[in-house]
Amino acid sequence: MFRDAYYTIVEFLRTFGAFQLFFMRVLSISPSVLVLRFPLVVKQVYNAGALSLVLIMICGLFVGAVLGLQGYTNLAKFNAESAVGTFAAFSLIKELGPVITALLFAGRAGTALASEIGLMKATDQLAAMAMMATDPLRRVIVPRFLGGAISMPLLVAIFSVIGLYGAHVVGVVLLGVDTGAFWQQLQTALDPSDVHEGIIKSVVFGVVVSIVAVWEGFNAIPTAEGVGRATTRTVVISAIAILMIDFMITALMM
Amino acid sequence: MSEGSENIIEVRDLWYSRAQRPIFTGLNIDIPRGKITSVMGPSGTGKTTLLRLITRQIRPHRGTILVDGIDIAALSMKQLYNFRRRFGVLFQNGALLTDYSVFENVAFPLYEHTRLPNRLIRHIVLTKLHAVGLRGAADMMPAELSGGMARRVALARAIVMDPEILIYDEPFVGLDPISMGVIVRLVRKMNDALGISSVLVSHDVQEIATVTDQSFLISDGKVAASGSPDELSKTSSELVRQFMHGMADGPVAFHFAAPDYTEQLLGRDID
Repeated sequence: MFRDAYYTIVEFLRTFGAFQLFFMRVLSISPSVLVLRFPLVVKQVYNAGALSLVLIMICGLFVGAVLGLQGYTNLAKFNAESAVGTFAAFSLIKELGPVITALLFAGRAGTALASEIGLMKATDQLAAMAMMATDPLRRVIVPRFLGGAISMPLLVAIFSVIGLYGAHVVGVVLLGVDTGAFWQQLQTALDPSDVHEGIIKSVVFGVVVSIVAVWEGFNAIPTAEGVGRATTRTVVISAIAILMIDFMITALMM
Repeated sequence: MSEGSENIIEVRDLWYSRAQRPIFTGLNIDIPRGKITSVMGPSGTGKTTLLRLITRQIRPHRGTILVDGIDIAALSMKQLYNFRRRFGVLFQNGALLTDYSVFENVAFPLYEHTRLPNRLIRHIVLTKLHAVGLRGAADMMPAELSGGMARRVALARAIVMDPEILIYDEPFVGLDPISMGVIVRLVRKMNDALGISSVLVSHDVQEIATVTDQSFLISDGKVAASGSPDELSKTSSELVRQFMHGMADGPVAFHFAAPDYTEQLLGRDID
């Protein structure tokens, strides 16, 4: 039993080490790919970002609406229902915006990346590219990583804005909070540092989800089952990483 | 380009194993320049592995592989990519890039490695597609092609950079007789017209016999026999005869290693 545990730990450390080397390699060639293969990156921003847009917007609207509703009913107990804007803005910009967007992004774009790369591997397309003297890392992996990492902060911004609009619709339009109070309180309460926290989180989550997705795809076992597992692992690992890192960043920025 | 020895590829004392199972145990192969050489062997003898070793997609555990006098193990990543431009590889399933059209697939190496004007690229791609008879399919997507057509497109892509060595991994598997005939003819034509050295990996004995200049038969991690198709078919070796004539049992046993049949049916092996 101890032997098994030993091998499991060794195996985990080995994978983790390989992952770090992979991450370093991807980061080190990212600048040159961004310059030399700009059109490929743009295409991936479209694939990962633009195609996730509708999902992000619908979810943002309803998350904001729920915040408006919950905020209003609870704040009304203290006669503070006009603070519903502040409540929604803090929740969205600092926490829910980055976290929910990242989770949705892992499910929508991360899985697409992992399965696409895994299938390219399973059908020898990556090997064929390497044999045509084109580094698949530069041609396939890094543009997809960059596409995801660039899209994510933009999606978070859109999610938060639409979420605030949702809270506004519920709080002001439906439940009758004063518009002026809604926006004015929000404006005085919210610090630039709160927005910075959200931006930092969105950038970090974008990098994390994208690198996990391309890593899982690139290292998928080249069979139908292997690609399926890589897709599942992308969501599982991303979700755990997002929530853990979210806690760490929040603690550090207190 | 150096006019070195008459062998374009020399494999010396090659050892390779996968998951504790030895694949090659001291393999030696010489592949002559300008000829069609085939590597044959029963399934699972590591024919595809040999191709991957020759192109350094994987590294051997022992031994050297010289390509045109260069030890490929010593190449840096950058040198390796430069070196690979001298190869054309036809993968088992074609390995076309599925989100690009036939034309873009064939043009891919040109776009990646040259700065030729688009008109010239178009010209080159259309000539190569014409050579494999698929100029009319230039705008189709890989998903719309039949197996034989996909392999011909892959062949056009493999020769688009005018390689010195063309490698075919199981080019005849899963093709109908007509497509098979087309590919056999193309293999010969490419070799003679372009002065390429060709390496074929296959177990289709009949097709190999019509096209190859020299064959190596691999078994148990070593070369079991070599020679022209005629020489091989006349040999007295049990193994070669079994393979060439497709006999079910012989030195390569029909049964995979298993416990005693009676014992197992009676359930005694469980106790």
